[in-house]
Amino acid sequence: MKAPGLYGYTLAYLLFLYAPIALLPIFAFNDSVVIAFPLSGFTTSWFSAMWEDSSMWQALRNSMIVSGSTAILATVLGLFAARASTRHAFPGKAGIMGLIMLPLVLPEMIVAMSLLVALLAAGLDLSLWTVILGHVLICTPFAVAILTSAFQSLDRSLEEAALDLGETPVSTFRLVILPLVAPGIVASLLICFTVSLDEFIVAYFLAGTEPLLSVYIYGQFRFPSNVPAVMALGTVLVAVSVLLLAAAEYFRRRGIARTGGSAGGGFV
Amino acid sequence: MAGDAGRLRAALRGWALVSPTAIYAVALLAIPLGTVLVVSFLTDGRTPGGLRTVLPVATIANYIEVWTNDIYRFLMLRSLAVSMSVTLVTVVLAYPVAYYVSFHVAPNKKALWLFLITIPFWTSYIIRVFLWKVILGFNGVVNSGLLSLGIIDAPLQAINYSVQAMVMTLAHAYAPFAILPIFVALEKIDRSLLEAGQDLGESRLMTFLRVTLPLSMPGVIAAVLIVFIPTVGDYVTPDLIGGGKLPMIANAIEVQMLKLNSKALGSALAVSAMLIVASVTVVFLLLNRRFLGGGR
Repeated sequence: MKAPGLYGYTLAYLLFLYAPIALLPIFAFNDSVVIAFPLSGFTTSWFSAMWEDSSMWQALRNSMIVSGSTAILATVLGLFAARASTRHAFPGKAGIMGLIMLPLVLPEMIVAMSLLVALLAAGLDLSLWTVILGHVLICTPFAVAILTSAFQSLDRSLEEAALDLGETPVSTFRLVILPLVAPGIVASLLICFTVSLDEFIVAYFLAGTEPLLSVYIYGQFRFPSNVPAVMALGTVLVAVSVLLLAAAEYFRRRGIARTGGSAGGGFV
Repeated sequence: MAGDAGRLRAALRGWALVSPTAIYAVALLAIPLGTVLVVSFLTDGRTPGGLRTVLPVATIANYIEVWTNDIYRFLMLRSLAVSMSVTLVTVVLAYPVAYYVSFHVAPNKKALWLFLITIPFWTSYIIRVFLWKVILGFNGVVNSGLLSLGIIDAPLQAINYSVQAMVMTLAHAYAPFAILPIFVALEKIDRSLLEAGQDLGESRLMTFLRVTLPLSMPGVIAAVLIVFIPTVGDYVTPDLIGGGKLPMIANAIEVQMLKLNSKALGSALAVSAMLIVASVTVVFLLLNRRFLGGGR
């Protein structure tokens, strides 16, 4: 490497990025209620404590419903917007796309409190469904970003060939375009699921009495004796997140390779 | 005429295609934000049954309260100070990383490096924030580690429940948001410009300052905004790291909206905070306008 100083700095920075997460498994397996060094011994009892907590399972079940629905709805909405923005020029496009992408920079507190005010004003009761409405809003920009790069790498002549061969626009979309952007769709589903699963403030404001996983974890931090079990849960969640992301990245790359492009950039 | 009709047809097709997503964003983002604006000019009160509610009585009392009460001014200033520090720390620390990946990593390895950088970002935000509390707390990893090594005799107080700890936590949480836009801007720089600079006798440092840095400013500006705006409204870090003792504006909004159920006052707080953030953003963009525009 030509720049050893820069290389060393970048490695130190990566260490800083990974340091907190590296502590998770250490304390999840540490035989002490106190989260501090020195370590006192190896145990798996925090994992069984986590496993036997019925309120954790209730929160997990709710989160699966919310994140699963969010992933599907946000990806469908993302497909419409990404297709429109890559394929068509229309007046007001910058403004419309700006509004759709706005939740990416808006503080989540603003999204959460404005939805709370509006949903209550509309007479809706808070439930898992109101969380899904909020999470779809937050996840759609991620879906649009991923799917836009998938649509951009499409070779337009494939589509024209299908139309010339007598396919309708709808059947062309189904038979030619959809299979080519399918990896992008899978990546979008996985990313939206992960974002929704981790989201806290909207879930806290809009879930009513239904516990969600992030809100459950937040509540557990108030009881020091429950924290080691949260470390165990966090270890499992990080492992699952990394697997889902690796899968998303794999599908995104495969999609770009399939359409003849080269993989660059990241998720955002 | 035929061209106009064709363009109209294309526009209609575009609108039709984008409409489900656009209608969703209008219904669940634009209308709720408008509702908050309206509610901020109404009055908090009680129903005849004694429940907290918003009464349809127009007033600017909420804004007078928000703009004259010292507590809110203090919380807003703290939020701005924290998020500006976070932005400065994050962008300054992130720039060399983006530079390294863009200029010194082989093209086929770049995606892998970016993937490595973004992985920590995808793990639960609240767990990451809590882990910083574990690292920096009174009985935390740093203090207990230093104690057991005999470097210090008593836990360090300074790193515990402090604004610095909040800045550190947020700088960690928003790192990828700063690295990615700067990386994208650096990637767009035509490498022959740099060679030209050096051929014309500029040192490497001067080439960086006069060519690379100005050309990467659009990415730096994007990074600043994407870190600054969400961190002003952060709720989790002041609550967990500050231990509830160092609230920021989002914590005040949460108290009004949920705990006290004063939706009108909470809305006025949120609208005021958004106005302040928007003003800071506009001033920042104006100050940097020579780096923007013409560059696309």
